[in-house]
Amino acid sequence: MNRLAIFGLVVVGILVIVALFAPLIATHDIGATNLGDRFMSPSAEHFFGTDATGRDVFSRVVYGARISLRVGLIVVAVSAFIGTVVGALAGYYGGWIDSIVSGYVFNVFLAFPGLLLAIAMVAFLGAGLNKLILALCIIGWVGYARVIRGQVLKVREYDFVQAARALGASDMRILFRHVLPNAIQPLIVQASLGMAGAVLSEAALSFLGLGVPPPAPSWGVMLEEARDLATLSSAPHTLIFPGIAVALSVLAFNFIGDGLRERLDPRQRSR
Amino acid sequence: MSDAPQEIVDASAAPPMFALNDVRVSDQPLISIRDLKIHFDLGGGMFIERFAGGSNVRREVKAVDGISVDIHRGETLGLVGESGCGKSALGRAILRLIEPTSGQVLFNNRALSDFTKSEMRGVRKHLQMIFQDSSASLNPRMTVGQIIAEPVEAFRLKRGAAVNERVGELMETVGLSQRFMKRYPHEFSGGQRQRIGIARALAAEPQFIVADEPISALDVSIQAQIMNLMERLKAERNLTYLFISHDLRAVRHISDRVAVMYLGKLVEIAPAETIYDEPLMPYTKALISAVPVPDPEAEAARRPVVLKGDVPSPINPPSGCHFHTRCPYRIEKCKEIVPPLVEIKPGHFAACIRISPEQPVIEEVTQGDAPGLLRATESVTAL
Repeated sequence: MNRLAIFGLVVVGILVIVALFAPLIATHDIGATNLGDRFMSPSAEHFFGTDATGRDVFSRVVYGARISLRVGLIVVAVSAFIGTVVGALAGYYGGWIDSIVSGYVFNVFLAFPGLLLAIAMVAFLGAGLNKLILALCIIGWVGYARVIRGQVLKVREYDFVQAARALGASDMRILFRHVLPNAIQPLIVQASLGMAGAVLSEAALSFLGLGVPPPAPSWGVMLEEARDLATLSSAPHTLIFPGIAVALSVLAFNFIGDGLRERLDPRQRSR
Repeated sequence: MSDAPQEIVDASAAPPMFALNDVRVSDQPLISIRDLKIHFDLGGGMFIERFAGGSNVRREVKAVDGISVDIHRGETLGLVGESGCGKSALGRAILRLIEPTSGQVLFNNRALSDFTKSEMRGVRKHLQMIFQDSSASLNPRMTVGQIIAEPVEAFRLKRGAAVNERVGELMETVGLSQRFMKRYPHEFSGGQRQRIGIARALAAEPQFIVADEPISALDVSIQAQIMNLMERLKAERNLTYLFISHDLRAVRHISDRVAVMYLGKLVEIAPAETIYDEPLMPYTKALISAVPVPDPEAEAARRPVVLKGDVPSPINPPSGCHFHTRCPYRIEKCKEIVPPLVEIKPGHFAACIRISPEQPVIEEVTQGDAPGLLRATESVTAL
């Protein structure tokens, strides 16, 4: 494992602990406004200062980790599952199924700019955490499907798959016991990169007002609330801390993904 | 008729009108291969490809090009030939792992192509395979126990604890301790892995096993062990083998009959001893003389037949007799006529127009003469 990947693992570890124990770590009620304490700079009382309505930024960033991780995990799990099933069937059966799925469906989905499609979908479905997750899954599964299809195409020609066929194993048995377990490795890389993508997309959509609605302590929402010039000049901490949270977690997942890719692909190891 | 331009006549593609195995006609063959062809399409030939700068000639590899042979119950048929001649394709087509382009494989007199996919799975119980590369043919993520149990479970031969018992039994049969049941394939040596492959093939109690180069990847000392194991199992379980190899010594040791393949066609079939002691085909002679003799003095004294050139590409095989480009005995007619497989001596078949039952020794045939030609053209006109 290289150093960046270890850094990524540490950051993600902290992120997970923070999300799990948010109520213990947060110092203030995340909804409690206090107009007397607006735009206070970081201090011993408010580690990251306070925002336009006097809410504690540190506590909100801590709870924001919950939203980001939740979106990331659900999006990755659902899209990886759908992608695996679709990609495996297309790769294993080939023929007309594959030419329709990988020839048309994949390309149509990949031709759309992902975030734009998500925006269109949220605009159509309405804002909200669950709708945001749904939109991200719809654009996310194709990447996994493509990776798995390629792997299955490769693995199904291995001798042990031919052997299983000669032994009279059923298609489903061959697919689930022989092909998939040997095809799934690159999915791990794709999933950690997918986590980064999902966290970033959630922040971006929330920033645009298309994700989690405002009172919720999403990092994107906090960035959006701090984006006017007056706030930026008088209280930059309201923007900086959630911004660092987004950047660090996205970076961490990407480092893990790159580290895993390097480890799983020996051809890239000698760099 | 005599003025008609000489055409290239593919006589061997015709259904065999000569009895292939009248040596032992009394018993039904277990496996019958009838004019089997496996052609792999390499693309090309599409109208649009001419615009893309490609060839508009459709290219195919004729991996197996009209082979007919019977394999009898309890027999080991050795199949030899240079790499790329279609040996493995033939073996896999018998198990219907490759769908043949045309022709048939009959198992107990029923064509495999008649079976539906689900019926075929039932038939596979009787037809099993041992692979060349034992590390590639065992799933690296399954334990040995799971690997050997797979056919037992797939065919529902045993249930619950009886599965493990059966796996242990099979492991002992092939000379592995059942203590290793929970280990993974990479923890074993090549020879041990091949034993695992054999145990797996035996698990379904098959009647017929295709052994595709089962010993080629092993050390010589281990090769002998595996061959002895295969022979013992054959005797104990009344198995029938198709033993594919390019190792002539191994094939001679284990086979009852040997078939020689060249560029998708069978060129000679004979009982194992006969084919080594009195080969008829120039190609077989060259193959046999390529095997070194263990005695250094004898090796130095002998004059091996060395073939010129490489095996021609199977994409565009030579016309007529595929071997004519390398054959020291070729005549003009060899470029035109595809020689049929003819019984030259009892039980000994060869595909060469320059020999006949009356004049079986090619060296003794008058130069330029083709005594087999009459027979070849006869069987063509009889069509």
